[in-house]
Amino acid sequence: MSEPLVEFDDVLTRYEPVIGLETHVELGTESKMFCGCTTAFGAEPNTQTCPVCLGLPGSLPVANAAAVESTIRIGLALGCRIASWSRFARKNYFYPDIPKGFQTSQYDEPLCTAGHLDVEVDGETYRVEIERVHLEEDTGKNLHVGGATGRIHGAEYSLVDFNRAGIPLVEIVTRPVAGAGAKAPEVARAYVTELREIIQTLGASDVRMEQGSLRCDVNTSLAPVGSLEWGTRTETKNVNSLRSVERAVRYEMRRQAAVLDAGGRIVQETRHFHEDTGSTSPGRSKEEATDYRYFPEPDLVPLAPDAEWVEKLAAGLPELPAARRARLREEWGLSATEMAWLVNAGALGVVEGTVAAGASPADARKWWLGELARRANDAGVELTALPVTPRQVAELSALVAEGTVNDQLARQALDGVLAGEGDPRAVVESRGLAVLGESDELVAAVDVAIAGAPDVVAKVQGGKVQALGALVGAVMKATRGKADAATVRRMLEERVLGS
Amino acid sequence: MSTTTPASGAAPALGRQDIAHLARLARLAVTDEELDRFAGQLGAVLDAVAQVQRADVGDVAPTTHAVPLTNVLRADVATPCLPRDAVLAAAPAAEDGRFRVPRILGEEE
Repeated sequence: MSEPLVEFDDVLTRYEPVIGLETHVELGTESKMFCGCTTAFGAEPNTQTCPVCLGLPGSLPVANAAAVESTIRIGLALGCRIASWSRFARKNYFYPDIPKGFQTSQYDEPLCTAGHLDVEVDGETYRVEIERVHLEEDTGKNLHVGGATGRIHGAEYSLVDFNRAGIPLVEIVTRPVAGAGAKAPEVARAYVTELREIIQTLGASDVRMEQGSLRCDVNTSLAPVGSLEWGTRTETKNVNSLRSVERAVRYEMRRQAAVLDAGGRIVQETRHFHEDTGSTSPGRSKEEATDYRYFPEPDLVPLAPDAEWVEKLAAGLPELPAARRARLREEWGLSATEMAWLVNAGALGVVEGTVAAGASPADARKWWLGELARRANDAGVELTALPVTPRQVAELSALVAEGTVNDQLARQALDGVLAGEGDPRAVVESRGLAVLGESDELVAAVDVAIAGAPDVVAKVQGGKVQALGALVGAVMKATRGKADAATVRRMLEERVLGS
Repeated sequence: MSTTTPASGAAPALGRQDIAHLARLARLAVTDEELDRFAGQLGAVLDAVAQVQRADVGDVAPTTHAVPLTNVLRADVATPCLPRDAVLAAAPAAEDGRFRVPRILGEEE
């Protein structure tokens, strides 16, 4: 299904993009939103349900205090106004993954409104206005059987797991973001990245996009340059990674421009993002306006956070990512660009941890942005998913600094750490990786190298001192890289040149 | 819904289209004949309920609860769940520990 696309740069000569984001975050509470069922991820299907989250007759919901507090804290971190009066509402629709026939959500009285989040792209700051932050519950999960694997189309039937149904879900809705132009896709990504980091810092959720604890719907529209009216928007779902957020906006801009160029009009619809092709395809049609018949939830009393409660939560907020970045940049004496690299590599936390464990900021950065970034890349995992801790990296760095290992041996020690053989010092011990001092073993290797290459020795003695490199190489090879090259060179010079 | 409640207190008139829309939302198959019958019946119900709109509530604040309670919350503590066998026993069909439902048509996710 290939649709006509306009080159990205051409889109911008004729159109202005407007984007908007709706982000759903599953809160990391122990229990569900309105009942005491556990929220642990990955349990056997339908083992985490009860009459409340199954919507059985006669059951009554009671809101989870921690979820309410987390929502208020997220609102506070986004500079929102916290409502002094807020209610839950029923959003009525039928779908097999909602057992009650409605989702308990919030409608016209959300907990938090009117906030903002500043994001930086290529040194420019863009303000993303937050329309609202509200609290609701998650749905169950459908598994489609028959037809193409896992696809709803052509499926014979579906199987439903309600473990996730009722897990507290916070929805964060931005106001339309206009004026970002060519940077719109990156602004969208930067927004979700920053939001994710804030929520992580608050400890409100593990915000793992691949596990679905952070999900994003991306709205995109185009308006002719200079137009006062915005175009019709599409809503792209199934955007499951930060990179996809950017790609989804980019694709929709290019697709919509092609439709508009051809004299067509954009249909307001939900579209699905496809990770493999980076394209979107039409999903649920909105020809019939959705009618959720919202009404205030009669089974739950209103939330009325008083000033004292809100102030207490505000006072307990941790240092937020933007403030932390500014502080660390200052402490480590980095340029804005260096800091941006560190942040983009997702290495800020681990570098901070490594510095805290005793490494110099320069060494910590070198390890994480160099060798470890390479390993993560090779393994296709996030830097922070490598099985090595900042403390172990600091230990590795110390082993190099004290001369116990050289860079090459340190990398071998890292192999051992990543293979689960223990801490660096233990790996150096068990694998015998410490550099050889002027031991008998090294002296013997040097003597063998000299005896084995009389021609080289003659050259060196004849004045071609750089030929010594061949002998150094031979010794390093014989000792399998365990010798310190400078030591080897000195020993060779002493013997060959008699100095 | 296309109907709105008139301020006068009279019941809103329900047309066949409104009934058809409501039936669709409720996933009810309603015949043409039933549309007419239900429009009349629902109209009578609305008329009856509309009587409350004659009450003078000028100085009464709107509420959804009769009791002035707020912030009824529970501590975030996990409590035992139902055994899965019991949960699925109530389902018309189950498979692999999951509720089995007919194929979902017309919508994607």
